[in-house]
Amino acid sequence: MALHFELVTPAKLVRSEEVHMVVVPGTEGEFGVLAGHAPFMSTVADGALKVYKTENAAPEEIVISGGFAEVGDKGLTVLAEHVEG
Amino acid sequence: MASLKELKGRINSVKSTQKITKAKQMVAAAKLRKAQESAEQARPYAARLTDVMGSLASKITISENSPKLLAGTGSDQVHLLVVANSDKGLCGAFNSNIVKAALTKARSLEAEGKTVLFYLVGRKGRAVIKREFPKQIVHMFDTSNVREPGFNEAEQIADELVALYEKGTYDIAHLFYAKFRSALLQEPTGQQIIPVPTPAASANTAASDAVTQYEPEEEEILAALLPRYLKTQLFGALLENAASEQGASMTAMDNATRNAGDLIQKLTIQYNRSRQAAITTELVEIIAGAEAL
Repeated sequence: MALHFELVTPAKLVRSEEVHMVVVPGTEGEFGVLAGHAPFMSTVADGALKVYKTENAAPEEIVISGGFAEVGDKGLTVLAEHVEG
Repeated sequence: MASLKELKGRINSVKSTQKITKAKQMVAAAKLRKAQESAEQARPYAARLTDVMGSLASKITISENSPKLLAGTGSDQVHLLVVANSDKGLCGAFNSNIVKAALTKARSLEAEGKTVLFYLVGRKGRAVIKREFPKQIVHMFDTSNVREPGFNEAEQIADELVALYEKGTYDIAHLFYAKFRSALLQEPTGQQIIPVPTPAASANTAASDAVTQYEPEEEEILAALLPRYLKTQLFGALLENAASEQGASMTAMDNATRNAGDLIQKLTIQYNRSRQAAITTELVEIIAGAEAL
């Protein structure tokens, strides 16, 4: 099962895709989100999100700042004020 | 009656004015499409953040140690009116409508014995407010050096507002801008932004009965999110304002172009009439001269 991952900034919807896992740099420590994660909300420290497209793929890094992560039934949503690149 | 030459000059001058208004109309139409698009792209973020704020706010109770941005300063004596205008004119009554709404609010607040302060965004509207309330303008935020007000500007404005709030300069802030309804209709709107009015928890967040875990605690997350929520609201207002400005400009310039067309028609008829009158007089003179011989 794939995890639905969305990355949103005030300017636009940056990503909306199915991925295997995302590692988020939470303010109280990094956490990885797989499909079926329990509902969870956390503020995100400025840093890099690691997006694993498939189980063994090399992670893709997206640097964000001013972020907030929400895990719900629909998947993972990361709200960020700024996204690099 | 005006001479032929004078009339011709007037026709030409109206024609060149018409060219300008027509060009501005087309520019506004193109920019409107872009502004609408960016307003639409900003919507998902605002909607999500509102959802999150709503579900968080429903979980905590407002007490003395909850964040001041949410709970307020405990007084409502000093009101700050944030008035967002455009930098350019040629957009009909767009700016004056916003200013009018703000001034009405200011007068009613003053009638209640409150103190009113102004924070102005954009170049237009400064003059009017300066004339009415010369000593009550806290700051004028300049957006004339950027092409379109974006998130960075919203961020700067929000930071300044929060800093002023924490210094205790004011107790309640209202934001005035024009809400974009359609190209023909822009509604000047005033809404309270500080203390942050808690958005109602929407049905879909309340419906999920799974227990959500928070990291850090709910209150801390809320404290971190409040300034962000404020920024998003300001950003949304700036975008709405940009779209409204272009819409108003398009309508105003369409009217102006049509008026110029009518005027040209009238002047042309007048020109032809006086030309004909001159010819007739000349002919009558010639015939009268020939008969006298």
